[in-house]
Amino acid sequence: MLGRLPYMVRKELLELRRNPALLRIVIVAPILQLTVLGYAATTDVQDIPVVIVDADRSVESRALVSKFEASANFVIAGLEPAVDRIDPWIERGDAWMALAIPAGYGDAVRAGRTAALQVVVDGTDSNSANVALGYARVLVATHGQALARARAPALASEPGIGADIRVWFNPDLESRDFMIPGIVALLLLVVTTNLSAMAIVREKELGTLEQLNVTPLARWELIAGKLLPFALIGMLDVVLVVAVAVGWFEVPMRGSIPLLFGMSLVYLLSTLGLGLFVSTISQTQQQAMMTTTFFFLTPMIYLSGFIFPIENMPAWIQPWTYLIPLRYFLVILRGIFLKGVGLEVLWPQALALFAWGAAMLTLATLRSTKRLA
Amino acid sequence: MRALAAVARKELRQILRDRLTLMILLFIPALFLLLYGYALNFDIRNIRLAVQDQDGSSRSRALVSSFVNSGYFDLVASGHDPAAHARRIDANDVRAVLVIPDGFGRRIETRRPVRVQVVIDGDNANTATTVSAYAQAIVADFAAREAAPVGIAGPAGAPLVLEPRIWYNPQLRSTLFLVPGLIAYIAMITAVISTALSIVREKERGTMEQVRMSPLDPVSYVLGKTLPYLALSFASALIIILVAMALFDLPMRGSWLLLSLAIGLFLVGAQAQGLLISTVAETQQVAFQLALLSSFLPTFILSGFIFPISSMPAVVQAITHIVPARYFIVALRAIILKGADLVTFWQDFLALGIFAVIALGLASLRLSREWA
Repeated sequence: MLGRLPYMVRKELLELRRNPALLRIVIVAPILQLTVLGYAATTDVQDIPVVIVDADRSVESRALVSKFEASANFVIAGLEPAVDRIDPWIERGDAWMALAIPAGYGDAVRAGRTAALQVVVDGTDSNSANVALGYARVLVATHGQALARARAPALASEPGIGADIRVWFNPDLESRDFMIPGIVALLLLVVTTNLSAMAIVREKELGTLEQLNVTPLARWELIAGKLLPFALIGMLDVVLVVAVAVGWFEVPMRGSIPLLFGMSLVYLLSTLGLGLFVSTISQTQQQAMMTTTFFFLTPMIYLSGFIFPIENMPAWIQPWTYLIPLRYFLVILRGIFLKGVGLEVLWPQALALFAWGAAMLTLATLRSTKRLA
Repeated sequence: MRALAAVARKELRQILRDRLTLMILLFIPALFLLLYGYALNFDIRNIRLAVQDQDGSSRSRALVSSFVNSGYFDLVASGHDPAAHARRIDANDVRAVLVIPDGFGRRIETRRPVRVQVVIDGDNANTATTVSAYAQAIVADFAAREAAPVGIAGPAGAPLVLEPRIWYNPQLRSTLFLVPGLIAYIAMITAVISTALSIVREKERGTMEQVRMSPLDPVSYVLGKTLPYLALSFASALIIILVAMALFDLPMRGSWLLLSLAIGLFLVGAQAQGLLISTVAETQQVAFQLALLSSFLPTFILSGFIFPISSMPAVVQAITHIVPARYFIVALRAIILKGADLVTFWQDFLALGIFAVIALGLASLRLSREWA
């Protein structure tokens, strides 16, 4: 039944063995990258450099400054005597924020009057600016409450209506747990798509495709023979990166490991299928490389929900994201890792991923005509 | 010099004949910006909210409508069954659940303190932080409005108020923050990809021998092959910036000369990196892998494009120093958004220059060894 397929697979494996540089890259690079990128991809904002202008220099103002000093969110980058001196700090990016305590602050606090503090935030990084401003608000509000309590102990003790926030799956709001499954999916996409994108066009360019064409090899055998060795490498990568994610980064693994590997295999079919399809429609390896990077990898990374939530995108873009296999795999990976859910919840994504892979492989098989284009 | 011109002319003619490549290099980047400029933002709205209202009083309904009227939350489900809400979170159908306890309205009327619960899906920590801040603000606002007449508001007359002023980007639009990063990302990819296969292709096809036999020296050969792409990438980078200014109100506060200089330095470095890959790799496939792994993901993640470098661990921060996009993005944001002059960010220019020189040096070293 298998017919000539084993010979084709053996030829591919021999070629891979003859190219140790490629093997080294596809095995070592994902681990290295996950280790570095896993640490880098964090949206947590810590150690916000802040420059302080204390025009008051009273006991009260120093108490406020020491609150900023003691906070884990802020680092005092410098002290300036006047507000007009902060421009270069913010312009160079040496400080993200400036806190100005006006003269008369101590008097106002002692007299029980409202004291105004000025905060200047560098808005170029809007996300971090938002977070930094939030931290500053909480810090100042807490300090204000402490001042009020000291002033009139009875007044501030009454609790009003409040909200208890409970965050599920990730109570410490550790962005790493969210990002690392994403990076795993991304690395697999980059490494495997690119392996298969060169596979057939390479033979075309080197002229060896003709030799394959004169053999009695069927089209599906050509595609399957290319696919299987790469799927093997891909699965090896899956095992390695999942081991790093769980063993090194301690991302919680709440779901089923066999399901994770099963789903990864389906995902690899879709990424490898995509690569093979690109390979059949390209004339040169350079074309294959450009098509993969520009038309597939880049849109997939940005529009898959890896970092930018899909629900934030404009309505006319959202339907397009359903065409992206990475989108489904991200939901599956994060579901299995963080939520511990199984197929009973994830079946629509699994089905979509499977349909995607099947469609791509069919297209690739149909496109790989045995005549020379 | 004549040899260089000849190679450049040949390469240019080849590019012009390959319409697909030409279009990709020249216009796809601007198209990307168009798409991603609209698609990408961190501004979180339309948060899908489920409500578990166990009180059913007019006050609990008022709290629910202040969530909906805030413009941040969309009410998508309500019911008394906590398990059903849990399933909705599992399936990503809702992001937050508001739980209002029995007796909420009565406790407010009898001036007793009361807490509501907000359950948030934490899988995306960034979104969850924002959702939590919105929820707290809405509840605090509700407390002030509803409860103040009854008399359980906080201390009257806050002792401290904060007056924030936001520079450069007063509405905190994430587009203004992301566009310079996108420019860097797109320029890096085009530059590396257009050169990474150039030499290894000749090696793999065996035509390198012919080139070596010709009276060409390696320098004019390489320059001739890369200069047309440099011009192309440069044009494409400028098109991106013009598109961003026209469509996204990107302010151009600094000098065009500095901007062009920054783009030029960055592109030379990126192309040299592509050349280096091309000389090191033995097959185009290896070159492709190296190009992607050394430019694609690092430019995306290690450059400060999205993730703030200062939040990374010290070791990773050290690694980001060898990512040229890091300096380029700082320079772009400084020139475009802040209108800064060279005095404030000359270090970044210097770093871009050093990177370009080192990458070019290594590439020509490898090439001359290849040539000999």
